[in-house]
Amino acid sequence: MLELIVISTLNGVLFGMLLFLMASGLTVIFSMLGVLNFAHASFYMLGAFFGFQISQWFGFWPALLIAPLLAGAIGAGVERYGLRRVHRNGHVAELLFTFGLAFVIEEIVQIIWGKSPVDFRVPALLDFSAFTIFSTSYPAYKMFMLLISVAIFVGLLLVLKKTRIGLIVQAALTHPHMVGHLGHNVGRIFMLVFGVGTALAAVAGVIAGPALVTQSNMAGLLGPILFVVVVVGGLGSLPGAFVASLLIGLLQTFAVSMSGSLSGAFGPLSPAYASTWLADIWGVTIAQIAPIMPYLLMVLILIFRPMGLLGTRDT
Amino acid sequence: MSEISASAAPPPPAAAERLRFYASWLVAAIVLLLLPNIFTSGGSMTTFSLMGISIIFSLSYNILLGQTGMLSFGHAVYYGLGGFLAIHSMNIIGAHKLPIPLPIVPLIGGLSGLFFAALLGWVSTQRSGTAFAMISLGLAELIASSALILRSFFGGEAGVSTNRTKLLKLFDWSFGSQIQIYYLVAAWTLIAVIAMYALTRTPLGRMCNAVRDNPERVQFVGYNPHVVRYLAFCFAGFFAGLAGALAAINFEIANSAYLGAEQSGTVLFAAYIGGIGFFIGPIVGAIFVTFLSLGLSDLTQVWQLYFGLIFIAVVMFAPGGLTGLLMMHRPLVKAGTLPKVIPGYLIALVPTLAMIAGLVLSIETIVHYTVNPGDDPHIKAFGVGFDAASPFIWALAAVLLIGGFLVARKTWSWVGHAWDEAATMAREKGIAA
Repeated sequence: MLELIVISTLNGVLFGMLLFLMASGLTVIFSMLGVLNFAHASFYMLGAFFGFQISQWFGFWPALLIAPLLAGAIGAGVERYGLRRVHRNGHVAELLFTFGLAFVIEEIVQIIWGKSPVDFRVPALLDFSAFTIFSTSYPAYKMFMLLISVAIFVGLLLVLKKTRIGLIVQAALTHPHMVGHLGHNVGRIFMLVFGVGTALAAVAGVIAGPALVTQSNMAGLLGPILFVVVVVGGLGSLPGAFVASLLIGLLQTFAVSMSGSLSGAFGPLSPAYASTWLADIWGVTIAQIAPIMPYLLMVLILIFRPMGLLGTRDT
Repeated sequence: MSEISASAAPPPPAAAERLRFYASWLVAAIVLLLLPNIFTSGGSMTTFSLMGISIIFSLSYNILLGQTGMLSFGHAVYYGLGGFLAIHSMNIIGAHKLPIPLPIVPLIGGLSGLFFAALLGWVSTQRSGTAFAMISLGLAELIASSALILRSFFGGEAGVSTNRTKLLKLFDWSFGSQIQIYYLVAAWTLIAVIAMYALTRTPLGRMCNAVRDNPERVQFVGYNPHVVRYLAFCFAGFFAGLAGALAAINFEIANSAYLGAEQSGTVLFAAYIGGIGFFIGPIVGAIFVTFLSLGLSDLTQVWQLYFGLIFIAVVMFAPGGLTGLLMMHRPLVKAGTLPKVIPGYLIALVPTLAMIAGLVLSIETIVHYTVNPGDDPHIKAFGVGFDAASPFIWALAAVLLIGGFLVARKTWSWVGHAWDEAATMAREKGIAA
């Protein structure tokens, strides 16, 4: 039992930090530009596939650097030549633009790399087990993922709190118009923020690619969860996104490792129930409903706290 | 207060105008009746049935997006649930020989769509804008994932099937053949379109528009925007369920793809490409998108990519959709200044088409090398054969793409000037743009 708790906590925090790598970019972009980037998870996917391709050519370590830069450049280009143009037509058009973009990116990835998973391996340098707790050995690569995401988290925090750019970004989170009035080049800040945000998502993609499955549906699988994180944490709240990422990471990891069901908790399934449609609800295990847990959490949050956990803005 | 509103109300339309209004519905009904006589093949009947279903679904979506300003990413939930309940009720009716004929079944689907919209709508419509969009997406994922867990109701991956001919027969119509299904779909499409048009003319429909444009002011007037949004959501759910039931009758099967993200995306594409600002927009969009998805899939392997690119192009360059583009020209036609812009269009069309040809050529060449490497390089796309391995084609594609883009940018700015001139002249003649 203790083994399960330790391992699940580690995995949960890891998944949560990965989610936060993406959710942070998404939140900052949303706060500044007022547009929820539907294609954010697609940049995560682009990161993973670029990482795969570059690691085929030059190895994993250059890929870790180049792939996010490339994805970030594409992101900045999308902001400069796409979003900025669409901005005139209102927020719905912007959201729809990113929606179409997500669709197109998925199609392009399918055309180039196919629909089946690609063979993105953990680099040989990190392909060993870091330590063994109880009887489970924990792979070093997962510790590396945790390290990278924590390092980026700390770096982001420092940039936001200690630098001039961070100050402007922070100001733009709450008072985007005032920042413009103060004479900052808001357009360039937007482009920068969009580029950095998508690059962060791509970093998550590169480091998650070898550990999870690198496939053309990975954006479609992760995207909705990412939006749940942002809604649960509170739209536009960076601390909220952090809390919600960890919460959902832990929730999902713990749920997957549990096998309890209603029939297990309240005695064996009675024959009368087994033949009706109730059997589905009665017999389903917690592990089976793990994929819908985040959405259930979101519905509960919306009922009891529509602003999200730490949200203040009502958009 | 009542005096002011009474005096502000528009005068009742003239008799001629009303006649024209009813005549247009009559013409629509006659066209629907005559279509099978013009296009007699079974395939076209299937296409028309799909279009009818898509029209109802897109219009129901526009109650949300166009009328009330709620961008939903999960509208297929109500379509799918309507479909599933229709399938189950058809199976029950058939097994118990209940006296319910098939034409009533879509109503069951509609009512189940209404039921689930009423159930889930209250939570989702609490907020509008981006939050609503995200919530609709989350709820859709919740329902779609649950559908795979609740196997006995949703039938798992395979879905649930039925036999539509086992129901009570009316006037010897067994609904076995596609033409009978076409008439069923056409009748329901006409009813649903009239009902949804009528809805836009009711006080509720007007309040929906007000909530879309200025929710704060609606609150000042004394309405609760949340309630208005909720009512609109319920109506949209009803018509989506109706469309879902018709789809279930048409295919005699319902599976979890009915309520998935792809279905929600398709209806969003259809409504937006057609134009959400006009009632007729989603109808145009539904016909266009159904036609495109059936036609393009024969012509090219990667039709979904073109589909997405068309959508992005509409969002970027024609936010009013196809109908918006046409309606833009109405004041010019009225003022008679349309000839001023026509030459510009014709000139701009050439480089634009060249650019599109270059884009298609490059996409198809890339597809050849990534999807089917090693195949015969003499490929065919859109009915035109070319050699994907020849450097001449590559150069041609690059020249068309880049050259077309540069020239098109120039010519479209000329069109913009000509347009401004024509619009100004129209305004001077007293015709509002």
